[in-house]
Amino acid sequence: MSEKNKIQVIHLKKKYETSDTKKSLLFSKNINPDAVFAGAEEGYVLNDVSLEIKEGEFHIFLGASGCGKSTLLNIIAGFLDKTEGKVLLDGKEIRKPGRDRGVVFQNADSAIFPWLNVYRNVEYGLKVQKVNKAKRKEIVQNALELVGLSEHARKYPSELSGGMKQRVQIARSIASDPEILIMDEPFGALDAQTRRTLQDELIQIWQKTGKTILFVTHDLQEAVYLGQRISIFSAAPDANIATRVEVPFAYPRDLNAPEVTTFTAEVHQKLDEAINAHGTSDVDKSA
Amino acid sequence: MAASNARAVLPQNAGVTVANTIQQTEHKTEKRAIAIKKAKTAGEKILKSGIVTWLLLLLIWQIASLFHSPDFLPGPAKTLQGFLEVAKSGVLWADIKISLQRVGIGWARGILIAVPLGLLIGAFKPFRWIFEPFINFFRFVPAIGFLTLFLMWFGVGEASKTVLITYASIFPIIINTIAAVAAIDPVKYQAAESLGANKLQSFLTVTVPGAVPGIFTGLRLGLSGAIISIVAAEMLAANSGIGYLVYTSRLYYRTDWIFVGIVVLGLIGFFADKLLRFLAKILLRHYGVKE
Repeated sequence: MSEKNKIQVIHLKKKYETSDTKKSLLFSKNINPDAVFAGAEEGYVLNDVSLEIKEGEFHIFLGASGCGKSTLLNIIAGFLDKTEGKVLLDGKEIRKPGRDRGVVFQNADSAIFPWLNVYRNVEYGLKVQKVNKAKRKEIVQNALELVGLSEHARKYPSELSGGMKQRVQIARSIASDPEILIMDEPFGALDAQTRRTLQDELIQIWQKTGKTILFVTHDLQEAVYLGQRISIFSAAPDANIATRVEVPFAYPRDLNAPEVTTFTAEVHQKLDEAINAHGTSDVDKSA
Repeated sequence: MAASNARAVLPQNAGVTVANTIQQTEHKTEKRAIAIKKAKTAGEKILKSGIVTWLLLLLIWQIASLFHSPDFLPGPAKTLQGFLEVAKSGVLWADIKISLQRVGIGWARGILIAVPLGLLIGAFKPFRWIFEPFINFFRFVPAIGFLTLFLMWFGVGEASKTVLITYASIFPIIINTIAAVAAIDPVKYQAAESLGANKLQSFLTVTVPGAVPGIFTGLRLGLSGAIISIVAAEMLAANSGIGYLVYTSRLYYRTDWIFVGIVVLGLIGFFADKLLRFLAKILLRHYGVKE
């Protein structure tokens, strides 16, 4: 982890307008927007969030469902407009989506292109960026090798398992060589075994490429297993980052090691405090 | 002792035989179950193939025709006779050919206009604002309403007929294409954008392929619209075509020829749709086109 800031979020606030067309985002994730927006009409979904992510860091957003962590992630990805504050990538303000931020979506079926085979899916970004063919081939082959899909390059998404589809997404993002990889609960829908395998592979990919990773999850174990730093969110509305935790263990981690279980329990308690503290000792509400 | 032995043996043997019989009957019921299953799947196959439907239709037609004079309602046999007449003279084949040609040209033109327009309307709001009122007005005006006007505007040649068919096929294609664009998962656009695609690239690489299943539905409905309107199109100063055959047969009081025309139109549509679906199954498999 270098000392250079990759992402800076400065006093960010987000309020959903009732007419916000980006509400459809929530529809696409099968979240009932009315549940999220109830009570948020007046207040903010995110209220005064500040945050730095260092270059090469593996950063986790941890919080309960509907706490606004995906909202923050969507703002950083450029899919959502912010209401107040600033989000900077390498010191430059983020206003719209761009290839400097690779996104791995929660639902691979919505995100990958079923009409393209694995190779062409991974090649997609390079093609729209008009990279020449020889270079494209080299990059795609490397990316496929990195995620272990070289054997399946000619297959179509309908022929792949859920885990393989997420590998396609990861390879597709990596191929465009983004500054930061944004991952929105990418392993949430996978079975436990596949999830563990992909977690290990992700750590290896991260170590090999040195990319900054921003990873959203509501799974405490996953957060402790993967992250270097964990931002714990309080509950929406008026969500904020309640605490930041450094994970002091080297990779690969053993979740059953006594010091790790103790640490996980501590993080668990902090998460509970963050969720429950809401409304009682909320300083930000008056701010 | 011996007697008791024999007595002891008897039930034992009997027990074996009973067991055997039970086994045999079990075997038999199993066999029967398999046979029933086979018969069931065979029956399902026959039902699925549509043969039963066709036979039933023929039967109803035959029975209905028994109660009427052949000039009022010709039965299957009379229709077949009429079919052989027009087929032998070569009139029927010439009519089929010209009608297919008109449907083909009209429908193809409809596709060329409706698909791009539908994609643009679906993807870009200004197009929607400009064109949607138009579409929602004209789609309620049937092709036959324009019959005389098209004759006046486009003359008595082929143009007036193909224009009418094009008109009839455009609306189902446009409406289904617009709906298909709306059904594309917004996450796909987000993915494309964050991989560096601009608006035009998103349109070409997400909107167009993503709308393929709905466009295909539109093409099928457009084709049926085209075939339906052929009779109307060939009522316009035509001297050939299946529609012409149907329309002029009434002058000769040849109801059996009208029936030939109807059956032929139905068969053309039936097989054209089958062919279309077959091609889609092969070519558009990965686009999510379902049979």
